[in-house]
Amino acid sequence: MQLQLSDEDREFRATMREFFTTKVPQEIRDKVAEGRELSKEDIVASQKALNDAGYAVPHWPVQYGGQDWTQLQRHIWNEEMQAASVPPPLAFNTSMIGPVLAQFGSDELKERFLAPTASLDIWWSQGFSEPDAGSDLASLRTRAVKDGDDWVVNGQKTWTTLGQYGDWIFTLVRTDPDVKKQAGISMLLIDMTLPGVEVRPIELIDGGHEVNEVWFTDVRVPGDMLVGEVNQGWTIAKFLLGNERVGVAPVGSTKRNLARAKRLAQESGLLSDPLYAARVAELENELLALELTALRVVANSAEGAPHPASSVLKLKGTVLQQAVSELLVDVAGPQSVGGDGWGARSTPTYLNLRKASIYGGSNEVQRQIIAKTILGL
Amino acid sequence: MDFEYTDDQDSLREAARALLTKAYGDYGKRRAVTQADPGYSTETWSRLAELGGLGLPFSEEDGGAGAGWIEAAVVAQELGRVVAPEPYVVSVGLAGRLVADAGTAEQRAEVLGAIASGERLVAVAHDEPGRRWSPTAGDTKATQDGEGWTIEGVKEPVVQGGVADLFVVSAVLPEGGTGLFLVEGDASGVERESFPAADGGRVARVTFTAATAVPLGSAGENRTATIATALDTARILAANEAVGIMEVALRMTTEYLKSRKQFGVTLNTFQALTFRAADMYVSLELATSITQWATMVLEDGDAAAISAAARRVALQVSRAGRHIGQEAIQLHGGIGMTAEYAVGAYTTRLTTLDHLFGDGTYALGALADGVGGYDAVDPLS
Ligand SMILES: Cc1cc2nc3c(=O)[nH]c(=O)nc-3n(C[C@H](O)[C@H](O)[C@H](O)COP(=O)(O)OP(=O)(O)OC[C@H]3O[C@@H](n4cnc5c(N)ncnc54)[C@H](O)[C@@H]3O)c2cc1C
Repeated sequence: MQLQLSDEDREFRATMREFFTTKVPQEIRDKVAEGRELSKEDIVASQKALNDAGYAVPHWPVQYGGQDWTQLQRHIWNEEMQAASVPPPLAFNTSMIGPVLAQFGSDELKERFLAPTASLDIWWSQGFSEPDAGSDLASLRTRAVKDGDDWVVNGQKTWTTLGQYGDWIFTLVRTDPDVKKQAGISMLLIDMTLPGVEVRPIELIDGGHEVNEVWFTDVRVPGDMLVGEVNQGWTIAKFLLGNERVGVAPVGSTKRNLARAKRLAQESGLLSDPLYAARVAELENELLALELTALRVVANSAEGAPHPASSVLKLKGTVLQQAVSELLVDVAGPQSVGGDGWGARSTPTYLNLRKASIYGGSNEVQRQIIAKTILGL
Repeated sequence: MDFEYTDDQDSLREAARALLTKAYGDYGKRRAVTQADPGYSTETWSRLAELGGLGLPFSEEDGGAGAGWIEAAVVAQELGRVVAPEPYVVSVGLAGRLVADAGTAEQRAEVLGAIASGERLVAVAHDEPGRRWSPTAGDTKATQDGEGWTIEGVKEPVVQGGVADLFVVSAVLPEGGTGLFLVEGDASGVERESFPAADGGRVARVTFTAATAVPLGSAGENRTATIATALDTARILAANEAVGIMEVALRMTTEYLKSRKQFGVTLNTFQALTFRAADMYVSLELATSITQWATMVLEDGDAAAISAAARRVALQVSRAGRHIGQEAIQLHGGIGMTAEYAVGAYTTRLTTLDHLFGDGTYALGALADGVGGYDAVDPLS
């Protein structure tokens, strides 16, 4: 056992900190720090800045722009990025479809998509969920039927995050309705400008528009937009969802938000109230335990393979993320009810973050994974 | 000891429920109302007035219905059940209580009569930026100017301050202490900027610049205790609204668990979920009991008893509201996050109610302060 970072890792951390705090536009980082909404342009600009330095997709294979970093270095990269209020690279691109294409895509797909995916010249959406296929994703019904070289797609996706910005959408579609439900699914890449693709907004409880329904009506998708083999979609989806869960505990940004809540509580004198002080101390401690768990996981995990405890990170990470947003509403007190300052923004943020324990495998699903695959129950 | 409502109270509940179901039983109507200014329905407000709902706690001489706070609480519960956006608790509970306790006979008749008839919307301009649920004013100052008074300062958030006809304003008196004043909504020196609130209602920042004010009751009197009791009253009424909200949020959740299918079965097949719903029910029952108790104290008790009850109910209902609100969304999954589906609005309103008059931690702080001063808590003493 050894607590200190090696000299090399310490230097690495300094490099990251220096980069994130000087090379990503200050006004974008200010927005993140204050919990204001980012525009599409902000997210693109920030990812481009990372990509230009080779820091947008460090976990990809080196030949497609990845860095040959250790798990610990990736962790440091991620934490420093969040601590500096840098918007993380678009997860749909860098954590989800990118690694999938690198692993399962044809050479043509890699050639065509990987570079613009890393640079965010293509904005990807995730088209997995459907109205009747949520936690039970495999029961999805959107169908793709072969017609000549093309696939003809019909159906409806829902909850498509930021689909209003999407250029392309990676989807799971049913290509064989007659076999066990997991066995008849394929992954298709669909150009969202094709005729028959329609994106409809869904308003969430915070009043914002970040999710959409995506409807497909006789959409003709060229045959070579299939990822991997026909009916291999479930395997690919499991690979993708496994990646989705890694790094989901946003320890860095939760720490930053907790520090912010603490600072605001201090400024208003609230922190001298022992109840608030105790609440902050307790959250800090839980977060410390979570951060150490994340470190233990990255330090000990076999290269590449997600640690079985990544469900712990997802579960506890979202709970703490939500708890800190709740604390901030309480710090705002009556000002959280409405108005135009940070206090008024705290309530929509708190409400919006209820999503964190629902998507990406709900916390109930994570408990199921822990119970089944870790505890063998 | 009896937690049953009387026949009259039951009839009042039925009438209020009929009216409010007509107005908001279809959640889409509630949404349409909150999407447009002023964020509540003046028509529904008038109907509530016709029903006698807006004057329940005020005496008949003052133009009220001469009923009581238990009756007002019944209406608040019903408003909660449909997450009605009408500013009942602040207008009737807070503004009404301030005027009833501090106003002259004339002011009571005029203002409470106007509240009861629905003629005028009365808002309370008490909160100030950076202050938390204090019964005193901070930077807002009242100045005596010959015969009259003027007010200087910024109040925020003022629920429905953008459209209020009349304000009850708290301000620091020249000699110290906090006084209460009436300021007309259209008086010169009153500037208001209205914002949509998180719960779909509207709140305003109201800036008073040498605004003409009339003292509520005798001039120059320190009203801190009156304000404290009015805030306690509002908290207890808000708890009643929250109970109505929580009851329906739980019911929506259990119904959803019975109808939503995943993995080929309805969600109530999963014990992981049904036990959570059971825990929500436990929270609801405890919150209901303490709310009914606090409402009875509000009706019968003195200011000290009301204050103690308000703290206890605030703590319990704050915790219950968060538990039930958060679980209601979680057990619904994604659909619970959408504005079009009602359950999120229930959680949103619970969040707002929790922060309007003092949240659970605030109440807990006050309770903890005094915890060494008695042996055991006895609700019947
Ligand atoms: C804001 C937001 C953004 C999203 N973005 C995307 C996106 O970009 N692309 C995409 O494809 N999807 C997206 N999703 C969808 C998300 O993955 C689903 O909402 C999620 O899988 C849950 O499905 P559901 O909403 O249908 O809930 P349900 O599956 O109906 O679940 C309802 C409740 O039951 C629980 N539950 C279900 N099954 C079980 C079980 N067997 N045991 C115990 N508990 C169970 C759930 O945990 C939940 O609490 C998003 C969702 C949200 C809310």
